[in-house]
Amino acid sequence: MLSYLAKRLAGFVPLLLGISFVSFLVMAMAPGTPVDLMTDLNPKASPEARERLEKYYGLDQPLYVQYGLWLGRIVRGDLGTSFSRDRRPVLDKIAEALPITLFLNVLDLTLILGLAIPIGIYSASHQYSFADRATTVFVFVGFAMPSFWVALLAMMLLGEQLGWLPISGLRSLDYDSMSLLGQAWDRVRHLILPVGIAALTGLAGLSRYMRSSMLEVLRQDYIQTARAKGLSERAVVYRHALRNALLPVVTILGLSIPGLIGGSVIAETIFAIPGMGRLFYTSVLMRDYPVVMGITLIGAVLTLFGNLLADLMYVAVDPRLRKR
Amino acid sequence: MGRRLLRNPLAVAGGVIVLALFAAALLAPWLAPYDPSDFDAAHVLEGPSALHLLGTDGLGRDVLSRMLFGARVSLMVGFVSVGISSLVGVTLGAVAGYFRGVVDTVLMRFVDVMLTFPTFFLILAVIAYLDASIWNIMLVIGLTSWMGVCRLVRAEVLSLRERDFLVAAEALGMKPSRVILRHALPNALAPVFVAGILGVAGAILVESALSFLGIGVQPPQPSWGNILTEGKSTLGVAWWLSVCPGMAILITVLGYNLLGEGLRDVLDPRLRAR
Repeated sequence: MLSYLAKRLAGFVPLLLGISFVSFLVMAMAPGTPVDLMTDLNPKASPEARERLEKYYGLDQPLYVQYGLWLGRIVRGDLGTSFSRDRRPVLDKIAEALPITLFLNVLDLTLILGLAIPIGIYSASHQYSFADRATTVFVFVGFAMPSFWVALLAMMLLGEQLGWLPISGLRSLDYDSMSLLGQAWDRVRHLILPVGIAALTGLAGLSRYMRSSMLEVLRQDYIQTARAKGLSERAVVYRHALRNALLPVVTILGLSIPGLIGGSVIAETIFAIPGMGRLFYTSVLMRDYPVVMGITLIGAVLTLFGNLLADLMYVAVDPRLRKR
Repeated sequence: MGRRLLRNPLAVAGGVIVLALFAAALLAPWLAPYDPSDFDAAHVLEGPSALHLLGTDGLGRDVLSRMLFGARVSLMVGFVSVGISSLVGVTLGAVAGYFRGVVDTVLMRFVDVMLTFPTFFLILAVIAYLDASIWNIMLVIGLTSWMGVCRLVRAEVLSLRERDFLVAAEALGMKPSRVILRHALPNALAPVFVAGILGVAGAILVESALSFLGIGVQPPQPSWGNILTEGKSTLGVAWWLSVCPGMAILITVLGYNLLGEGLRDVLDPRLRAR
């Protein structure tokens, strides 16, 4: 297990280099240099200051040297300074917003898995039943539904018309004056819409995969054997089939991580949640390149670790892989 | 093949939806009851009526007319961005699968790298530099969504390459480019076609999300996404501005997905059981 982990981590090095190189290229494509942008905003910048900045960024050097210098700074955790008025280090800004996004995504994912797996199992073991057909319809519609539109409708109905749920932020304005229990309830109420909608729209794909992978497994010979030796259908499905059916789902889970992270831009913007997605969106609008690049880079690294996590889960579910 | 497709009711439904969308987009200037950019101060934010079937927006523009012209945006974005991604994906995939070795390794690692970027982040990052216009959006969506097709074509070419007819073509002294184009690619086209149809649906979803966020198709040009943006700012007042474009996106994407899945079933018998 440990050697497997080590091998995987070693495989990350070229991938990380590739990620950093693509990020650097995208940044190098941007019109104007960072120095132009900084000095344009500051009329007091002297030619000497310009030169100093250019030297700091290595802009007088060829492109591959610039990449090396930039990589060196990244490795030391220096993602640069935001162009926005507060001039804060990019890393600080991201560190502030990232936990919120991670928390929401873990919550979304838990809910999606908790619902999609049982739905998939049920559909597969009751193939062509009414419930199975109904979920198939739901899956097709769910695939086609733009999540931001569902969010909009839910805000309209549950937020504006009925007034049941708050539609923006993570807590109310009078949060500080609430009792401890009231504060907890306030937080939960604010999470219901964003998490519920992410789960609803994410559910479709995963329950579909769970269903087809379960169907595939139920057709195998060893399932026939299990049935033939007189095991109850329940034992066959949950003890013999489930583990095998989970394998492809774990793979899909790993593949869906970039989509989840990217999707937080939309969800956080709509619900005014101060996470990484909204920070990214506002930075794009303000052309705050260092923050944009920083988040893109961190998003890719997060995906990489998400994939590693999926791989480890894979090993946990599949004993055949443990020996390697 | 056609007959098999016609026997699949879901695929037929998908095909009808897609055809209807084509008709609506192409005939928009004749179908639309009003000019989509005509202001009418006397009829602002009016609900659906006989005069305006889908109501009017905050500037008194006819929503139905704007939706019809918005269909053109969806159609164009879908096909142009899938065209770009298919071109890139098929080319790189065929090259990797045919030449194998170092070329293959380098290209496939590049695919791995591209796949680790959350696509939406990459798209937005590029939009931050370029201006948000329909052309840039199509280009960026195309250039960030070719990886699936690339892997698909590579796998297909890799396995075809070992078949006797390709070995024979090579033994006859054919140039690699000719072998790939004339013999390997035609055999790999069916799955690419299916991926393309499903890709159109994905591209339409991404465009509408970008336009909704205000960094896609820019007003006054109507797109389903940017009509929804106005729906958000008039949330409790004008439900038709949120409901109509969203339904249009939903039905369109559903249509492409149904058609794509139906085609896959017909073209690839191995998958039919699922």
